[in-house]
Amino acid sequence: MHAVLDVTAVSMNFGGLRALSEVDLQVHSGEIVALIGPNGAGKTTFFNCITSIYTPTEGQVWFTPQKGERTRINGMKPNLVTTLGMARTFQNIRLFKNMSVLENVMIARHCRTKAGIIGALFRPAAVPREEQEIVEQSYALLKYIGLHTYMNEQASSLPYGAQRRLEIARALATEPSLLLLDEPAAGMNPQETEALKHLVLKIRDEMDMAILLIEHDMSMVMSLAERIYVMEYGCLIAQGTPAEVSSDTRVIKAYLGEDAHA
Amino acid sequence: MHALKKSLLISLWFMFLTFPIMVIRVNTIEHTVIWRWNNLILIGIGSFVLSLIWPWALRRREASRAKDSTAQAQVHILDRLAANKNILRTVIVALLALFLAIPLLGTTYQTNILISFLLYVILGLGLNIIVGVAGLLFLGHAAFYAIGAYSYALLSQYFGLGFWLALPLGGLIAALAGLALAFPVLRLRGDYLAIVTLGFGEIVRLVLENWSSLTGGPSGVSNIPRPGLMGMQLDVAQANIYVYYIVLVMAMITIVAVARVKDSRIGRALQALREDEIACQAMGIDRVGVKLMAFSLGTAWAGFAGVIFAAKTTFINPASFTFFESAIILSIVVLGGMGSNLGVILGAAFLVLLPEYMRAFSEYRMILFATAMVLMMVFRPQGLIPARGRIYHVDDPDAHSSNGGQA
Repeated sequence: MHAVLDVTAVSMNFGGLRALSEVDLQVHSGEIVALIGPNGAGKTTFFNCITSIYTPTEGQVWFTPQKGERTRINGMKPNLVTTLGMARTFQNIRLFKNMSVLENVMIARHCRTKAGIIGALFRPAAVPREEQEIVEQSYALLKYIGLHTYMNEQASSLPYGAQRRLEIARALATEPSLLLLDEPAAGMNPQETEALKHLVLKIRDEMDMAILLIEHDMSMVMSLAERIYVMEYGCLIAQGTPAEVSSDTRVIKAYLGEDAHA
Repeated sequence: MHALKKSLLISLWFMFLTFPIMVIRVNTIEHTVIWRWNNLILIGIGSFVLSLIWPWALRRREASRAKDSTAQAQVHILDRLAANKNILRTVIVALLALFLAIPLLGTTYQTNILISFLLYVILGLGLNIIVGVAGLLFLGHAAFYAIGAYSYALLSQYFGLGFWLALPLGGLIAALAGLALAFPVLRLRGDYLAIVTLGFGEIVRLVLENWSSLTGGPSGVSNIPRPGLMGMQLDVAQANIYVYYIVLVMAMITIVAVARVKDSRIGRALQALREDEIACQAMGIDRVGVKLMAFSLGTAWAGFAGVIFAAKTTFINPASFTFFESAIILSIVVLGGMGSNLGVILGAAFLVLLPEYMRAFSEYRMILFATAMVLMMVFRPQGLIPARGRIYHVDDPDAHSSNGGQA
């Protein structure tokens, strides 16, 4: 088991504010890892750092795709990070709202296809074939995630839970080796959360993918994750198996306050 | 009753407002004042009736909108026409035949109007890639029109280049200029981008106006050769017809090319850029590359149109490429329906042909034009024919039996 993602001592400063302070984190292949912490602990900032939307002030982010070299990705362009094999979803859903459900997934095939301007204008035989493949692969993914009956609906017209699942389908379409899920269960009811849990497990097992997720739903985190990292005020305060983390005094303190007896 | 009272008040207010300009006429030579009371009465009645109709029309629109969102059964007549493939095909063939026949039947005047209509179709479709598809608010399109026109004018003046060589070159130069503009504005969006592109348009015009040694300054470039037809000498009317067919073919090429680009991997990336830049990058799309592509793809068409324009008029000067021109092209796109090619063509017809054929009412032309624009934006803000997403079909044997998973 090699480390798909290896983050060493990453820090992020916004002016004088230290949003992340020397965070170390590893995700091994085929593993489900959770990152938890109170609001404002820096979890999403951490995601933005490893997907290169932000460039970390200090520290290194190493990424090893399934069939590839170990690469340093801090400071790389975000689209190249995705091309390498890291895909993410967003905490506040960022679908392409005015496009159809199928098109949302088709766009994500962009980095795995290559038809250019000349191809678009003159349509040599390879281009329509590639288009057809994109449609079919995207449809297959929609079906996998259970949204294929909505394929021609506008993305913004989907119910909330379905929009979150569509974001996952879109991320899967980039053929990632590591999937980052930012609060995938936020705003879902218990049934939807349960279904999502099975979906995440299914993706890990069938697509052989490492998954790193941020989540507030503790029952989901505890039953899903093999390892958990806990953050508070930009620092890692604990890590380990769900059992270890849930009995850690500092974690209990961070979540329940100073004098609580949980 | 309440509405009547309100309308009465509105009409009184309008009578008061327009009193100085519509009623009093001071003759400064004979030192007399003429009171035109019947104007006052006309304005009173007119504004009263209009203010009565206005809320009713607005209510009707609200009602139809509510119906749309609940049932979606009541589709607008234009939408329905555009959706029906057979009707559409028949209309296209009929229009094509009409357009092919017009210069042979109509006068030079008619041909000229249609040439300018088709030029605006090309310009509008080009701008539509930038504004409608990629969602970048762009106010300097006339600059690239100018760059295309001056490319041909100057290349033929200094190097004796012919039309057919200048046509692709003009497009290329305009596309390169689009790239040059795109680099500094990569980080800008929305209002800021609009202001920078507006500035760029003015810069280009001012350079053309003041670089007299090269461009001839405000007096422009004259005696630009018309396109030749296999060495034959054409008289003015014939050359005009020839230019008409060139621009017709060019417009058709534009329509096909833009439709193909929109419906391709690149086109989807452009749309993703419009929808959400961060998500677009997270999907592995190179934001910078796509933005540059949007600019160069859009401005190239303006370059082509410019070359044809220069060849048609044989004389160009900077006054043809003011901000007003950019505004008209943008209006064509917005009025027609952002991102919709058919809409842009209709928009061009509306904005170019209507003012031209309304010359009979020449004094009220601009008022009618402005009123039409305002009404349009109030009652159909999405444009004449709004852009519609493509409907995809996939052959899936168990799509109906499985019934869509747990959604």
